[in-house]
Amino acid sequence: MFVRGLKRKCFDGEEDIEGTLAGIKAIPSYNLQRQSLLDMSLVKLQLCHMLVEPNLCRSVLIANTVRQIQEEMTQDGTWQMINTQSTGQASLDRLVSTDILCRSSREQAEGKHVPGYSTFNKDFEGDQTQDSSEAMSTAASVQAPRNLQSNVWEMENPQENKGTFQKSLDQIFETLENKSPNAVEDLFSEVDNSYYDLDTMLTGMMSNSKMGHCDGLETFSSPTTTTSNSNCKSDLNELDHIVEILVES
Amino acid sequence: FLGAGGGNDIQWCFSQVKGAVDDDVAEADIISTVEFNHSGELLATGDKGGRVVIFQQEQENKTQSHSRGEYNVYSTFQSHEPEFDYLKSLEIEEKINKIRWLPQKNAAQFLLSTNDKTIKLWKISERDKRPEGYNLKEEDGRYRDPTTVTTLRVPVFRPMDLMVEASPRRIFANAHTYHINSISINSDYETYLSADDLRINLWHLEITDRSFNIVDIKPANMEELTEVITAAEFHPNSCNTFVYSSSKGTIRLCDMRASALCDRHSKLFEEPEDPSNRSFFSEIISSISDVKFSHSGRYMMTRDYLSVKIWDLNMENRPVETYQVHEYLRSKLCSLYENDCIFDKFECCWNGSDRQVIFNLTIPFFLPLPYSIVMTGSYNNFFRMFDRNTKRDITLEASRENNKPRTVLKPRKVCASGKRKKDEISVDSLDFNKKILHTAWHPKENIIAVATTNNLYIFQDKMN
Repeated sequence: MFVRGLKRKCFDGEEDIEGTLAGIKAIPSYNLQRQSLLDMSLVKLQLCHMLVEPNLCRSVLIANTVRQIQEEMTQDGTWQMINTQSTGQASLDRLVSTDILCRSSREQAEGKHVPGYSTFNKDFEGDQTQDSSEAMSTAASVQAPRNLQSNVWEMENPQENKGTFQKSLDQIFETLENKSPNAVEDLFSEVDNSYYDLDTMLTGMMSNSKMGHCDGLETFSSPTTTTSNSNCKSDLNELDHIVEILVES
Repeated sequence: FLGAGGGNDIQWCFSQVKGAVDDDVAEADIISTVEFNHSGELLATGDKGGRVVIFQQEQENKTQSHSRGEYNVYSTFQSHEPEFDYLKSLEIEEKINKIRWLPQKNAAQFLLSTNDKTIKLWKISERDKRPEGYNLKEEDGRYRDPTTVTTLRVPVFRPMDLMVEASPRRIFANAHTYHINSISINSDYETYLSADDLRINLWHLEITDRSFNIVDIKPANMEELTEVITAAEFHPNSCNTFVYSSSKGTIRLCDMRASALCDRHSKLFEEPEDPSNRSFFSEIISSISDVKFSHSGRYMMTRDYLSVKIWDLNMENRPVETYQVHEYLRSKLCSLYENDCIFDKFECCWNGSDRQVIFNLTIPFFLPLPYSIVMTGSYNNFFRMFDRNTKRDITLEASRENNKPRTVLKPRKVCASGKRKKDEISVDSLDFNKKILHTAWHPKENIIAVATTNNLYIFQDKMN
């Protein structure tokens, strides 16, 4: 049922295939695992129970984990690497690492078709009663090699995706480091107003206007996703426009 | 020859199971707390739907010396209802987080039950007689025409079918911004504490419109928040002493005589981290989910994700004993983090009393022997017991397959790696949806109550 656990000491490569080759190969594997843990943690922090207050203890523990990873990555110098690495490659790497760690064997056995990381939030918003951890595991188990549409999505908007990811990370750590009190208060307060904005950042596009009415992963077949991605920017502008009108009225 | 433990190991047998049989669990039926009262005659459970169900033990049947009385439903009532906080646009769950019984002072029973925000004092009383023969009222309660009253009589009490009534006597509300995780009644039986993620309040049982804040760890800037309160309990004998545990694995002991606000602890219990086991999950698994004083008050027990620790109150720098509950999960922490199981809050409990009278036909007289066992839950509906005297431990399973009363439960074993022996279960086959978070031990006898997701199991030792 379980994939390997993540421990610093096991980065020595006893279990990881890449790690059996000594030296350089082992290090990217650890970085990938750490990166995917960071991704997972950020997504968990984002998850907002729409109706009930989120568990403060859980949020604090996850935030501390994120902080730990960031500190280590800053010391390693890998924090800077996110900016300088080639965009497409970095995105793919992230998807792959998430896949390794987060795919449960049960998902594999059922042969679930998981469209893409980007669809995660739509799915969650559509089904408010769905257990958050379920949503997490299905979304995170991106089968990158086999899922062309997600790769295409990454390729099409790599610049935007990378940029927005970096922006979102910064935003989260800013909030953790006492630079924007309001956003931080939101992270831990009972009402998570920042949810919507973080959501935008991490997925690289505003959730389609169909927020709250998603029918689940089944609705995301490949053709529509590719086309809708290319329209995302115009959708964004349109939505902004609509919101402006509403606000003014 | 009268050594503790040894031949006196308890043999646990299935006694009863309460709750729905089907696998489809209704959310509201999920058991969220289990607690025996001070005599052990009553057993209360709280569930996610805000209900409290109290079971009562039958009086022992003298002819059936093989088993103790069974527990049957005594009272069921809706303790908390779902609420909506309009200011924050958030629901307040009706789930009962904790139940604590008051010691019995008169014919009625009293308990405190709490959800995330509100604590209630409930009175449970029996009515088995009713007055009959009023002068001015008919039997159905209608008033008689006074002109038809020609004689006087004294109403008398006549027996009626037993009715158990639960009524809320006090409601302690609006004192907690964050979610209440613990309540604990003081040894003075007049005050109690309630703890949420960041604050602990002291109440008087008679006063509902006021409470005193005794611990406040909320930072001035919420972005500096890195630690929360996870559990709190009053000392069993010292009414000025209480402890609270944190998400960083520390326990603080506070003395209310020192100052009104006990932000400065009197003692800080913390075990230094083992550097060889360090990982990104170290802090999460060190978070303490439960803290319980021993009956004497000399020791306290804490439960973190993988272990149970016994602390001597006189020694702050490390526990005196550590028991591994499910060490085989250490290599699975990433997956358990992903599916959120790593945040499960397991409780723990001591056996009923520090000393137990052992009935043993080979010994010509009865002697109280030191007897200290601790119990906690795990996954796959397994629960674990650790005998502190013999240092032996046992894993048992709460399942309907072991349904025959007086059949001794078979010990279970989890195979961590390598070849799986017959009857062992491999780690990968464990069902992580079947978790035992709540267990309770009868205060006087070897009877335990173990809650699976929506069933309550009662086990007792085999009486010879």
